[in-house]
Amino acid sequence: MLLVDFLKHNSEWLKGTGPNSDIVISTRIRLARNLDKFSFPHWSNKQQGERALDTVIGGISKVNYLKGSTVFKLSDMDAVDKQFLVERHLMSLEHAQKTDNKAVIVDSEEIVAIMVNEEDHLRMQVMQSGFNLYEAWNIINDIDDSISKELNYAYLPDWGYLTACPTNTGTGMRGSVMLHLPALVMTRQIDRVLAAISKLSFTTRGLYGEGTQATGNFFQISNQVSLGHSEEEIIENINGVIRQIIDQEKQAREVMLSRNRTVLEDRINRSLGILKSAHIISSQETTELLSMVRLGADLGIIKHIDRSRVNELFIITQPAHLQKIENKKLTAEDRDLKRAELIRNRLNL
Amino acid sequence: MTCDLCGKNPATVHLTEIIDEQMSELHLCEECARKKSASMDQQFGLSDLLAGMAQVEKPALKEEESAVAKCPNCGMTYADFKKIGRLGCGECYNVFKRYLAPLLKRIHGSVQHAGKAPIKSARPAKKKSDIQELRARLQKAIDAEDFEEAARLRDQIRILETKKE
Repeated sequence: MLLVDFLKHNSEWLKGTGPNSDIVISTRIRLARNLDKFSFPHWSNKQQGERALDTVIGGISKVNYLKGSTVFKLSDMDAVDKQFLVERHLMSLEHAQKTDNKAVIVDSEEIVAIMVNEEDHLRMQVMQSGFNLYEAWNIINDIDDSISKELNYAYLPDWGYLTACPTNTGTGMRGSVMLHLPALVMTRQIDRVLAAISKLSFTTRGLYGEGTQATGNFFQISNQVSLGHSEEEIIENINGVIRQIIDQEKQAREVMLSRNRTVLEDRINRSLGILKSAHIISSQETTELLSMVRLGADLGIIKHIDRSRVNELFIITQPAHLQKIENKKLTAEDRDLKRAELIRNRLNL
Repeated sequence: MTCDLCGKNPATVHLTEIIDEQMSELHLCEECARKKSASMDQQFGLSDLLAGMAQVEKPALKEEESAVAKCPNCGMTYADFKKIGRLGCGECYNVFKRYLAPLLKRIHGSVQHAGKAPIKSARPAKKKSDIQELRARLQKAIDAEDFEEAARLRDQIRILETKKE
């Protein structure tokens, strides 16, 4: 599979289906695993890193579930291609830097992605559309079991899976749910909600993962603690917290519809208007306006545009995606023009 | 300026990142920054934060003893770990166990794994030993501040441990 082939379909997590998909964009579970006796990637020399990479790829090639996946070695890729994988949430920003002996293994539907030699030897993730923690856990649990038959993991019965950073020790698991919370933002309740969840040992991040600020009303919420609770308990905890946030967002949407319907309709339709007619647009503005259009589609205020089309626009208007679509390097100014053109074409059908 | 997360304490940690054309800023108080450190990568000085935590921990052994502790498998010393905030290999966890235990406790509130085990592992998979099971329950009882139950479990563990010996 080539990178451009990804452009021909919408990733599984962007389909806009699955439980609560009016509020939850996607669910992701990742597991951190390391090879027994091998130095962790940051502490490895070139030969050790190479050996770890070969060992992991060799082990994974024997796993049935991953037979149809593609191995992308990062040292063979240019900056745009790496950024492309980051934008599709198939690898982290950190992984794209210093690319010696790094790889990412992706299945054809983009449900499973395994980073090799990121902070840990293996960082495997499963992404699902909508609010789907249990489904994601079942898939990744099976894959992890299968891989553990091929590779010797670093593990202690008392402390679980051993990771480069002690914040991941134990289950090595992080469950993240990407939420779209425009009503909580507009009704100025979001700070209260985020403050409450941070007290429960959950973290909030932006749309593009680690260290990014939330834009366009998107919030990625994940567990902080990985040791002392079973995977199922951690998932149960995330599930409970997310359910409450979903309910609060629903209530806020209803309140806005009943008290400020005209103001809301005005804002949503203006956003759509700008997207349909702009000739120069930044990705930041695009994200903010698309957020309003998505809300309009979810509330039935905009009827002719469905969620999956909005989701697709979020991704294909990103810098590396624009350049893959155009098949050439574009400056920031060029991208703002091309982005506006692409959006006009897609929304004025 | 107040913290972006809790909105209460003054923000003393400021993070700025530029990804392509997007700049993002985050202003945090010390407490939230520490909590958040789990999710931040090296570029944001996670290692500094963690290393700071390792230093705050009262060493279980004397300072000079911890300074010479060295992993025979990968060569990392405890001083290296305090500097970079990352372990060198799985074996480091065994070598530095006494210093790491309080750190893990502080990060996770627990030092007892309760999740799955690798299938190939020679150690018991999924099915935990009685003692491990009891320890996990003890941790839960402590978390729930059910001290009666905790004391009962502690005694049970002691009995099993003496039997084992």
